[in-house]
Amino acid sequence: MTMRAGMKGGLPVAAASLLLAISFGVLAQPVMGTVAPIVMSAVVFAGSAQFGALAVLAAGGGAGAAIGAGVLLNMRYLPMGIAIASSTRGGPLRRALAAQPMIDAGWAMASRAHGRYDLPYMWGVTTVCYPTWIAGTTLGVFAGDLIGDPDRLGLDALFPAFFLALLVGEARGGRLGIVVACLGSLLALALAPLTPPGVPVIAGCVAALAALIPARGRS
Amino acid sequence: MSTTWLTIGVLAVLTAATKGAGPLALGGRDLPTPFMRVIELLAPAILAALIVVGTFTNRDGEVVLDARAAGLAAAAGVLAVNRRSLLGAAVAPRSSPPASGP
Repeated sequence: MTMRAGMKGGLPVAAASLLLAISFGVLAQPVMGTVAPIVMSAVVFAGSAQFGALAVLAAGGGAGAAIGAGVLLNMRYLPMGIAIASSTRGGPLRRALAAQPMIDAGWAMASRAHGRYDLPYMWGVTTVCYPTWIAGTTLGVFAGDLIGDPDRLGLDALFPAFFLALLVGEARGGRLGIVVACLGSLLALALAPLTPPGVPVIAGCVAALAALIPARGRS
Repeated sequence: MSTTWLTIGVLAVLTAATKGAGPLALGGRDLPTPFMRVIELLAPAILAALIVVGTFTNRDGEVVLDARAAGLAAAAGVLAVNRRSLLGAAVAPRSSPPASGP
């Protein structure tokens, strides 16, 4: 049962999610109140978008700007959804529902050869991460005074390190995969100062088009 | 307060729509081989982009070099010694062959 394997594989992600969610709860409580951050974690369930929207609201921005920031940070889910599309089954609604438990780490871990995705594995990862995301937010909201400023804990480095482990251990596409990873990171870094947050990651996706270079041209 | 709830409500709907759009429009069938080759490389491309954005940019999108870079370098060092050690249990169950699909 690959869903059970996903739940087991998702445990380190769940631990990291718990810590990040605590810091979201701590930062969100003074801006959004007690209930709203927890509801947001339950219905939006997207870390970077939640932090992005929160930053706008904390700076006194309106709903439009906060939504815009969140949508841009979530825009990578569009190519990620396209990636899992051919692995989904059933009617249109069922296929769209199958994509809802998609998070970065689980999506990458469910990536298989030839562009296939092990969706039960991805759902398994989210099965353990969703409760810890909400629990962490709740903890952060109520224990903010005890925790203080979460930024000093260095939690920001947690997911990049985890993604690096995924990239090294799981990279698909052999030598071309390494080239694409380098190209993707350079594109993202080059666009970061020029575009709003969220866009650089989309730009990094463009690197995957290297797959279209004819095989004899690569080797 | 209503600004907060409006943000949460609209963002929830748009997040679901963004996640579901691909499978809704293209799902349930096999896509052309070149397309699948691009998809296979999407994971390394997005992971790499998420790593550099999460490490070398701040919340305003400015490129910065701070403690996070040192953290990533430390992680890279650990991975260079043992490429599986950071993930450990995360990767172990996946060494078994995946269940045969259709």
